[in-house]
Amino acid sequence: MNFLIWFLPLPPLLAFFTIIIFTNKSKPLSHTIAIGAAGLSWLGSMVIFVKAVGMQEFGKHIFESSVNWLPTKDLWLQIGVRVDPLSAVVLFFVAWTVLAIFVYSIGYHNFGQPKGDHDLPGMPPHGAIVVEKGYKSLVPSIEPMYSRFFAFISLFAFGMYTLVLSNNLLTLYIGWEIMGLCSYLLIGFWYGKKSARDAAVKAFMTTRIGDVFMLLGIAFLYSATGSLTFSEIFQPRVLEALLAANTPVLGLSAAGLIGLLLFIGTIGKSAQWPLHVWLPDAMEGPTPVSAMIHAATMVSAGVYMVIRMFPLISLDAHTMTVVAFIGSFTALFAATIAVAQNDIKKVLAYSTISQLGFMIAALGVHAYVAAAFHLVTHAFFKALLFLGSGSVIHGMEHGVLHTGEHVDAQDMFNMGGLRKKMPITFWTFLIGGLALSGFPVLTAGFWSKDEIFAEAFGKGHLAVFTVLALAAFLTAFYTMRQITLTFLGKARTRAAEHARETTWTMTIPLIVLAVFAVGFGWVGIPEHFPGLGGILPNWFHEFVGGTLAELPEAVKFSWIPLITSLGVALGGLFVGWLVYRKVRNPAEDRLQIPLLKNKYYFDEIYNSLLIRPAYWVAESFTSLFMDRKVIDGSLHGVARFSLFLGNAFRNYFDKPVINEFLGDGTGKAVKASGFSLRKIQAGRVQYYMVASVVVLVIFAVLYYFLNTGM
Amino acid sequence: MSIPLSWYLILAAALFCIGLYGVLSRKNAIAILLGVELMLNAVNINLVAFWRYFNPAQMSGQAFAVIVFAVAAAEVAVGLALIISVYRRRKTVLADEIDLMKW
Repeated sequence: MNFLIWFLPLPPLLAFFTIIIFTNKSKPLSHTIAIGAAGLSWLGSMVIFVKAVGMQEFGKHIFESSVNWLPTKDLWLQIGVRVDPLSAVVLFFVAWTVLAIFVYSIGYHNFGQPKGDHDLPGMPPHGAIVVEKGYKSLVPSIEPMYSRFFAFISLFAFGMYTLVLSNNLLTLYIGWEIMGLCSYLLIGFWYGKKSARDAAVKAFMTTRIGDVFMLLGIAFLYSATGSLTFSEIFQPRVLEALLAANTPVLGLSAAGLIGLLLFIGTIGKSAQWPLHVWLPDAMEGPTPVSAMIHAATMVSAGVYMVIRMFPLISLDAHTMTVVAFIGSFTALFAATIAVAQNDIKKVLAYSTISQLGFMIAALGVHAYVAAAFHLVTHAFFKALLFLGSGSVIHGMEHGVLHTGEHVDAQDMFNMGGLRKKMPITFWTFLIGGLALSGFPVLTAGFWSKDEIFAEAFGKGHLAVFTVLALAAFLTAFYTMRQITLTFLGKARTRAAEHARETTWTMTIPLIVLAVFAVGFGWVGIPEHFPGLGGILPNWFHEFVGGTLAELPEAVKFSWIPLITSLGVALGGLFVGWLVYRKVRNPAEDRLQIPLLKNKYYFDEIYNSLLIRPAYWVAESFTSLFMDRKVIDGSLHGVARFSLFLGNAFRNYFDKPVINEFLGDGTGKAVKASGFSLRKIQAGRVQYYMVASVVVLVIFAVLYYFLNTGM
Repeated sequence: MSIPLSWYLILAAALFCIGLYGVLSRKNAIAILLGVELMLNAVNINLVAFWRYFNPAQMSGQAFAVIVFAVAAAEVAVGLALIISVYRRRKTVLADEIDLMKW
């Protein structure tokens, strides 16, 4: 069992390396390896899930195992895996959504279609001319960087499995960062487009800000407790010690500060206000990327981390207030922006931000199980919606290529009437949209959202309740707006008239996810629900609630949250349909308020407040001043001084003394002496003889004096 | 002996110096040879004087003098041969003009 748990993240990792190193050139081989790996991990996840579900009191007998990795003086940083009820259900939805999205990607990237005429790697493919029965038609072409895509999503899957299965904050953080990297790579998948490159950098930078604070929290936790393993930190005495310790920051206890710092990581990763700006831009990536990373898995990782660390974060009331505030504020904030967006994917992006806000708000009011429940159901229906939108876009692009009309295939106001042209997409998208709105009983979204409302109301947090109710109304409203504009009514452009249903590799995952979007809610029906409660046990509450040391109490049933939830859901859907079935173009849409369309100008605010000053500092201060003037200046100074020294030596010492005096001087002296001394050799014998006689006399005298003087 | 040895030695020294002066100052090569002959003869006188006054019984003194004579004669022959050879080449016998071996 432990081997299986350790093994789970590995197939996608091996797939990544294999595709990159070996099968990059072969498209069918690459996707086979990727899907095979995802399938293996899916199988393993299902085995573990079934085993976990089958155990009694699983919360007390979890599967856990770790290895020592890096020594830090007396302790070890560890890598480990853990399967407890929470990670079992999360593993369930991760496995299914990952597999569905992998299969979907085959169709999305037009496998089986011819290569494009002018397709360059780095830009989205734009069609190939095919001659059929004598006349030419433009068909969608296969993505040139097909294998690269599958490699990256395999790496991403590895990151997510690592994060879900981790038993300590370090392994979780490793998975977290791997997913951040893959998010960057995949958002910037079509790197030829400047908007995609900018969006990738923006995503990475924004989540990085959150990650830095999270790392601070992890470091603080490690230094305070000496361990990062969940089972060790969640022991009552450790938690009490952390709550009792005081920190100099804002009067928070250690537990509160750590919780806050970790939560900031989630604000970044799950795109909560104020770090929400990267997620809408991240729609530049291909739709499977949006589905996987930004709906089902990566942004859920932030919420997952908060759920994991709930025993710690929930200790300090101040931190919980911050959490609840950010969650509910973001839920409403993003929902208001979503009603004014025209791009089908942007609506879903803001919807994701809003729904994550719901989950975070739930955690802020101590609704542990509700948040986990909504996490799982949201993953299914949001992935479904994104994949559905990708299918719509594909259908529209088919129409665009067919008619030659250059319309934006993603703008909802160019669609309309797609219900007849793309039935499977329509029905699955409808199911997803109803789940998102919280359509009663039949959709999973209703059960999870209702539980959040019940908890918020039942625990007395009326402000959160009201805000979330408003956000839910807007959610239903903009979802119906989206469905109405896209699928109902008549086609507004020729491209929409010629749209076509997509291939089975894209529609089958939609159907699978739709099944879950409908059915998953029924495992969590509260006991005291009128009529349906008690027929099926609230398995989810018992199972996931067992992760905590004490099973959280189910909140008492009250009619008010139920009526509110029904009201906002059905009301929002109805109003949305009513308003938008008549709207034909953006001019008639009265909600196209500039403030909302421009996302409350947050991008512009951040740009002028933070980004431009940062660039200014980088360019003027660091680059021009520090780098060129100070550092290069001192180097140049050293160089100039050495040059000066060298020249001085050369001119004042080397040349006059050594060259002229020693070198040339010796030569000249020798030459001069030679000139004068050679006159001795006159060639005349008598001179020689005179010389010898003189010398003889001198020697004789010397000899005489030496001998007698001695 | 009635004549003191020193008289012979002074005579030999005087002859030697005259010969030396002749060698050093005469231009004509043959005259230089004459001077050399004179020096050799002076040395011979010296030698014989010493023999006669210190050990007249031993033959080696006389033998020495005779050898010196022979050597002188041979040397003059060679010298003259050299001068004739030079004269044939350079048409001169003046020592000043035979200076090819100068610098």
